Amino acid sequence: MTFLKINNLSVDYQMRKETVYAAKNVNIDVNKGEILGLVGESGSGKSTVGNAIINLIDEPGKVSSGSVILGDLNIHENSESIVKYRGNKIGLIFQDPQTSLNPILTVGEQLIETIQTHLKLSKEEAKNKSINLLKEVGIKDAETRFDNYPHQFSGGMRQRVVISLALCCEPELLIADEPTTALDVSIQSQILELIKKLTKERNLAVILITHDMGVIAETADRVAVMKSGNLVEIGETKKILTNPQENYTKSLVSSVPPTNKKISRFVIVEKENSDKKENNIKILNRWTKKEIKDQDLVQIKNLSKSFDDNFFTESSKNSVMAVNDVSFDIKEGESFGLVGESGSGKSTIAKMIVNLFKPTSGDIFFDNVCITKIKQRFELMKFRKQIQMIFQDPYSSLNGRLKVKDIIAEPITLHNPSISNIDLNNYIYDLLESVELTQKSAVRYPHEFSGGQRQRISIARALATQPRLLVCDEPTSALDVSIQAQILNLLKDLQEQLNLTILFISHDLPVVRQMCDRIGVLKDGKLCEVSNTEDLFLKPSHEYTKELLRLMPKIESIYN
Amino acid sequence: MDSKTLSTWERIKDSDIYHSFIKSPTAIVSSTILFIIFFCSFFVELITPYNPFDPSSLSLMDAFTPPSWTEDGLAKFILGTDGQGRDMLSTILYGCRISLIVGFSAIIFSLILGVGLGLTAGFFGGKYEMIVMRLTDVQLTVPSILMALLVDGIARGLISREMHDEMAIYVLIFAIGISEWPQFARVSRAATLVEKNKDYVSASTIIGVSNIIIMFKHILPNILRPVLVIGTIGLALAILAESTLSFLGVGVPPTTPSLGTLIRLGNDFLFSGEWWITFFPAIFLVILAFSINLLGDWMRDTLNPKLKK
Repeated sequence: MTFLKINNLSVDYQMRKETVYAAKNVNIDVNKGEILGLVGESGSGKSTVGNAIINLIDEPGKVSSGSVILGDLNIHENSESIVKYRGNKIGLIFQDPQTSLNPILTVGEQLIETIQTHLKLSKEEAKNKSINLLKEVGIKDAETRFDNYPHQFSGGMRQRVVISLALCCEPELLIADEPTTALDVSIQSQILELIKKLTKERNLAVILITHDMGVIAETADRVAVMKSGNLVEIGETKKILTNPQENYTKSLVSSVPPTNKKISRFVIVEKENSDKKENNIKILNRWTKKEIKDQDLVQIKNLSKSFDDNFFTESSKNSVMAVNDVSFDIKEGESFGLVGESGSGKSTIAKMIVNLFKPTSGDIFFDNVCITKIKQRFELMKFRKQIQMIFQDPYSSLNGRLKVKDIIAEPITLHNPSISNIDLNNYIYDLLESVELTQKSAVRYPHEFSGGQRQRISIARALATQPRLLVCDEPTSALDVSIQAQILNLLKDLQEQLNLTILFISHDLPVVRQMCDRIGVLKDGKLCEVSNTEDLFLKPSHEYTKELLRLMPKIESIYN
Repeated sequence: MDSKTLSTWERIKDSDIYHSFIKSPTAIVSSTILFIIFFCSFFVELITPYNPFDPSSLSLMDAFTPPSWTEDGLAKFILGTDGQGRDMLSTILYGCRISLIVGFSAIIFSLILGVGLGLTAGFFGGKYEMIVMRLTDVQLTVPSILMALLVDGIARGLISREMHDEMAIYVLIFAIGISEWPQFARVSRAATLVEKNKDYVSASTIIGVSNIIIMFKHILPNILRPVLVIGTIGLALAILAESTLSFLGVGVPPTTPSLGTLIRLGNDFLFSGEWWITFFPAIFLVILAFSINLLGDWMRDTLNPKLKK
């Protein structure tokens, strides 16, 4: 039975230069007791549809046409009816559990407040109802936790509280906007299980908005694929994922890194820079190619780093061990993966290798020289040149006040001050073309580029000094999955052609499987195990690795 | 993204700031007023028929002429004359020039000092940062006008008496400048702390760029927006501070009067019926400061995306 019916919904944003359609003629039905996955890349309008249902579109956007029918009522008829339904018949779960709870009220107060706003219950009844709800979403000791403040809950627990808030007025429709994106894998699977369980028990209609195909595969009954405001395809999850009809869906599915096997390259159906066919790496003839010797390029020995969070007492009591006695080696020419959840210390290790942080104890050897003990600047510069880094956030890693050519020229002129202007320009063009950008990009500013293109500029800058080791700190986690596939392909090509050694840091196991030869698993600053990629995925030895592998959302689960 | 490269002017015309300016009547009116005031003050010789600083052109017979629209007014002195027969309008414009020069110089002085200290403090941190920031805290506990009076007093003690009039304007610039810098230091330090943790700074460090270049080539251009905003509002404050000091008699000498000096001189005649001598400079000062503040407000709203509605 169709419970929610979205008819021809369009949402416009009236901008200065043009009207942007965030959603255009979208038709979606949701039944009771099913989870509809709404999937798409950033800017595809998936959140807009979610917000339009409850009429929470930010200015200057507005619903320009269409209707939303819940049960047999048109809830967009007038603004009053929406206010009545919002929170009452429709519950909402947002992405970030840190900000969707009020930090100065206890969890109980927030629950009671919401319940009493919508239902006519006494305070005592509301309290009983809240405690039952907290129990239902799996919070232990609900009676005592009732009086706790949000900061006393962990991220996953807080998301459970948010879910209980969404459920407290017996809604029939639940809209979950990226409910697990801010959470670690192990907590993600718990939250998704909870949502699945509640959908069955309470016979809810659920719209699950996400960009993660793995999440969709594991939870959604049906899936709707969106692209730039249009609904591309809608249907049974299994059918869409295994036999997509539309080109866009095909490219989306093929871009998702498979979790069960290693592939050599991602198949790109629709490309960002469609005019480029094959990547010819033009900087190759400038590159003084290092022969790959069978030796360790990087050796990390008993590395530890603690952060003192107290300025006055430098005692070790207050310090947090971000990295605790970690040792591993990276062979020349290989890709080494470092995997771990947030706070496991993987970025800290990266920053110590590139010499942004000094380790508290332990040594890092690069090409058999201990780089942590270098004092002289000119000595250090030799290594700066050979170790470069690519950052996670493509928006903050480029200085917005400089043109692209100045950004790329900086490392070149610094390490080779005598380079002539013509030579410099040619080198910049070669670098840009090697990362599949046009020469025209050189005179533009970073804000004129998309996230994926910015990441390419970042890679060009990192390659400018002809490094031997490239440290990639979550280089694709801020990008959409199809862009991710292109960037990963590019990194693979570059590595093959230029004999680069790559340290690849990620929380995303499928991505690491595609990229790396060997993998180290980190937890709370300690290294759990290091082994060859295929060994790690097929027969993990450490308990934590097994746990991670079991919990990661698998797109292949749809075949079973 | 279209492929053609835009010229600088097209870029400006295409920017959000330009459009926000076009759409804001406050910004247009206040910047128009400011433009007229600046233009008239700096090309005052071309505009006014009288030079109030040339004693030979003055006639005491013209003294205390009321504004032209009153009963005893003369058409040639639109806003009347003062006690020495100087045309008020010309005197105000000449005075305004001095006020503006002092205000701009003082704010540039404090901007360089404050941003320099704030940027280095935020970037290097540690004990140096602590010393600089405590210094600003201490200075913020002293009212800025008191600070300026103090500096002015000390300077007068150090400079020989004959040099007083000559040096007065530089002393004034220094006194106002030194009392305004903590604002700049605080804002630029806070902005630097945000910027220096961004990845582009890390990227430059990894490349091997030196700290000085990172500070001035990378961080400085990125913290200029908030500095520009408080700089504009600070300009109004500096002009007012100049007027206050001149009103108190420690500013520029009466022979080359600024707006504050004019108000002080006119103040003596206020209760004997010659109201215009103090009223017009005062109203002029109000309009000037008000326009700068309105422009500053608009800039703050436009340049800070968080305040956008």
